Amino acid sequence: MSLSKIATNDMHGEKSAYFDGWKAYDRNPFHPKKNPNGVIQMGLAENQLSFDLIEGWIIKNPVASICTPQGISQFKDVANFQDYHGLAQFRKGVAKFMGKARGDRVKFDPDRIIMAGGATGANEMIMFCLADPGEAFLVPSPYYPAFDRDLRWRTRVKILPVECNKSNNFQITKQALEDAYQKAQEQNIKVKGLIITNPSNPLGTTMKRETLKSLVSFINEKNIHLVADEIYAATVFSSPQFVSVAEVMKEVECNPNLIHIVYSLSKDLGLPGLRVGIVYSYNDDVVSCGRKMSSFGLVSSQTQHLIASMLSDDEFVDNFLVESSKRLGKRHKIFTEGLAEVGIKCLESNAGLFVWMNLQHLLKQHTLEGEMELWHVIIQDVKLNVSPGSSFHSSEPGWFRVCFANMDEDTVHVALNRIKKFVGNSQEEGEAAPAKAKRWKNSNALRLSFSSRIYDETVMAPTMIMSSPHSPMPHSPLVRART
Amino acid sequence: MGYMCNQQTQLLSKIATDNGHGENSPYFDGWKAYDSDPYHRIENPTGVIQMGLAENQLSFDIIEEWLLKNPKASICTVEGMSEFRDIAIYQDYHGLTEFRNAVAKFMGKVRGDRVVYDPNRIIMSGGATGAHELVTFCLADPDDAFLVPTPYYPGFDRDLRWRTGVQLLPVDCESSNDFKITRKALEAAYEKAQEEKIRVKGLLITNPSNPLGTVLDLETLKSIVTFVNEKNIHLISDEIYAGTVFGSPGFISVSEIIEEMECNRDLIHIVYSLSKDMGFPGFRVGIVYSYNDDVVNVGRKMSSFGLVSTQTQHLIASMLSDDEFVENFISKNSEKLSTRYKRFSSGLYKAGIRCLESNAGLFFWMDLRRLLKEPTADAEMALWRLIINKVKLNVSPGLSFHCSEPGWFRVCFANMDDETMEVALERIRSFVRKEVSAKRQRWQDNLKVRLSFGRLDDPHMRSPHSPMPQSPLVRART
Repeated sequence: MSLSKIATNDMHGEKSAYFDGWKAYDRNPFHPKKNPNGVIQMGLAENQLSFDLIEGWIIKNPVASICTPQGISQFKDVANFQDYHGLAQFRKGVAKFMGKARGDRVKFDPDRIIMAGGATGANEMIMFCLADPGEAFLVPSPYYPAFDRDLRWRTRVKILPVECNKSNNFQITKQALEDAYQKAQEQNIKVKGLIITNPSNPLGTTMKRETLKSLVSFINEKNIHLVADEIYAATVFSSPQFVSVAEVMKEVECNPNLIHIVYSLSKDLGLPGLRVGIVYSYNDDVVSCGRKMSSFGLVSSQTQHLIASMLSDDEFVDNFLVESSKRLGKRHKIFTEGLAEVGIKCLESNAGLFVWMNLQHLLKQHTLEGEMELWHVIIQDVKLNVSPGSSFHSSEPGWFRVCFANMDEDTVHVALNRIKKFVGNSQEEGEAAPAKAKRWKNSNALRLSFSSRIYDETVMAPTMIMSSPHSPMPHSPLVRART
Repeated sequence: MGYMCNQQTQLLSKIATDNGHGENSPYFDGWKAYDSDPYHRIENPTGVIQMGLAENQLSFDIIEEWLLKNPKASICTVEGMSEFRDIAIYQDYHGLTEFRNAVAKFMGKVRGDRVVYDPNRIIMSGGATGAHELVTFCLADPDDAFLVPTPYYPGFDRDLRWRTGVQLLPVDCESSNDFKITRKALEAAYEKAQEEKIRVKGLLITNPSNPLGTVLDLETLKSIVTFVNEKNIHLISDEIYAGTVFGSPGFISVSEIIEEMECNRDLIHIVYSLSKDMGFPGFRVGIVYSYNDDVVNVGRKMSSFGLVSTQTQHLIASMLSDDEFVENFISKNSEKLSTRYKRFSSGLYKAGIRCLESNAGLFFWMDLRRLLKEPTADAEMALWRLIINKVKLNVSPGLSFHCSEPGWFRVCFANMDDETMEVALERIRSFVRKEVSAKRQRWQDNLKVRLSFGRLDDPHMRSPHSPMPQSPLVRART
């Protein structure tokens, strides 16, 4: 008996050529002692730099757990609690944390906090609330690959990319938005909203205040929704300061019913396993409906209880935010300076857990094929699993997203050394270019099995959906910096 | 600012603005009554007692004892902290191996080890709520339908239909044969769908049953499996109450049946959860177990929308890997449910109230037909309001479960302590005494009240399991 259409299409995004990187890592994962020549995982945007702060706090606060002798008296009540409003202290703790991550420039209302199954569940849920099947959301590219699945798969909503390119450092322009909107009109596709990620994945940049204001004006004019995925809000490590849509709303004429924020603790706190997804909406109807929908992906009450305790501790939170930011900044500096030493530039960034690395000068051809070729070499020869820009629907080849916060410092240096060596070799070989080209072409490791439809002018072809580096792979191991 | 409501509703999706969530229903009255006046032994002894929540609160002590002896089960204890970061960072949708192993083992033990479950077929989801939605998304397209025997858990209306666009078609079961699912009723429902050009993709059963508290007998199960095979449609067996069986006959799972008869296994799927058997609804441990490889494959990818928190996976993995604990838990839990059931049912019997004979679940299916002014939906609502407002018990009226006959009520018995149970029983006894004599009086006075027959299949029945807008931290207040 057949399954549903949803079950048999490829919208989950995992049938893609980009698996090669993951497979290479899976087969041969780096370990400083056991496998120093293995592939280093630089495709996972995880924040592993501040666990000690959290662990230290937990040990000092046994009441945060319902399993300790100090916390066990709460076990029954918590284990039994399935109210989709969530524990009041949880909502308060999250609302307060969100405010602090924005320097207390904004206050969030705990009653507008809705739980979801991670940001994955949150993004899907907000789509279910705002758009019908066949309707569309505009998404500036490059964007997080799993949006293709999270926003579209079961909702059947369409995504229409808004192209951004390096000419202006990938900023979103009013022109690009208008063009995308117009195109949709011409194709009779109803646009219900715009979804932005700020700070950006994969760019690692925070949006300028002016840009954000212009986006808010745009959506107001068109009477469409704005969903701001602010999952990296507290990963900002240098200026300019993060400006949230929550702040801009106060400065620009805006219908608050159009404004929604998606959030999670996966990046800022480094706790993706705990599945703490949040939808925050200024629209009362969305709050009401979203809350009912949250039943499909509530946060475990055991976890709610832990998070509530942790985030209610102002001293801990204030210290964490400062320290985490410092560590990310330091790591970013080490990495980008190391790259700069060998002439590799990255987009200037001040947030996120990755850099947007420019390897256009290393491409043999300035095409998608060229990028894929280079990518395969990086995986097979340099032994780094990085993410090619095309997987983020980048409109120009040669960019790679490289994560730096999911490993220890030693591993960062190993990775940098490998890159330096590779670039050095490339420069030597640059003189013997034809031979090199032949070598690359003959390499068995290269599998150019993608579709060229990625640059199709029309809506993104479903077969090019990149599986999310954040989403588990079929054989993804317990991925962690192995120290 | 000039942005008004009518423009507002167009802003949202159809799903957001229809009533598919099922909460716009008159059945809220019971919840509101409880919320505004909750019973407390000392602080509010005349308040409303919550008997509409199918929770298992009887065995927490066994669990708490185990937790104190096994600090490594938590990633927050001194002993367990070394695992914290690995667990907190793990977001693989396969789930922790030890979690899947432990859940598979538990499922087997709950079935007396008559079946062995394969950990690689275990898929996580956001509670049984998420599990049902996930299975539906995998098996059916919008406007396709599942058959569901009545009476059934009201939350199905939301879980299987709301965001999926799939329909639910009732298979009528009647009190005349103790609400058994007959081949005839299945065929009739299937035929009706054919006539209306609705494509039936599967049959959903709950075994043990909610709200009946009964288990499916061997013959019925076999006939169901035969039916789905003949029609080549899926069978989803919600076995969420598998571990709440406290008397004979024993529980037979669909997993056992398929070992004994010819069956296309690609049609068989189980939904499970730890909410009822262990009493952990807050932990959102929903499971889909499918014998269909494609469903496992795609379901696993879909589970990203509702994975179980790894903190909880780790706790459950530890707990359910402890064979001694599990065996002890299953047997003690069953004993406690049995004791509670016997006390309650004998109390009801003495009050002259009949219940469907049952041996599982966390509730009774109480027969109050003779207390109805007449056998109509309105009369059931009237009686229900009386029970809430005068007797001060929040019970669940049968029509909210799409029961084909008025007068039945589901009454939960495992979500309170012994004292509260006695108070509830006393209130029921006293109510029945008054009602019976009042009814006699009415007959004698020859009063005739003709009420129109209400809608029996309001599609918007609210689930008693689903949290209410103002639902408090609901727990027996002792």
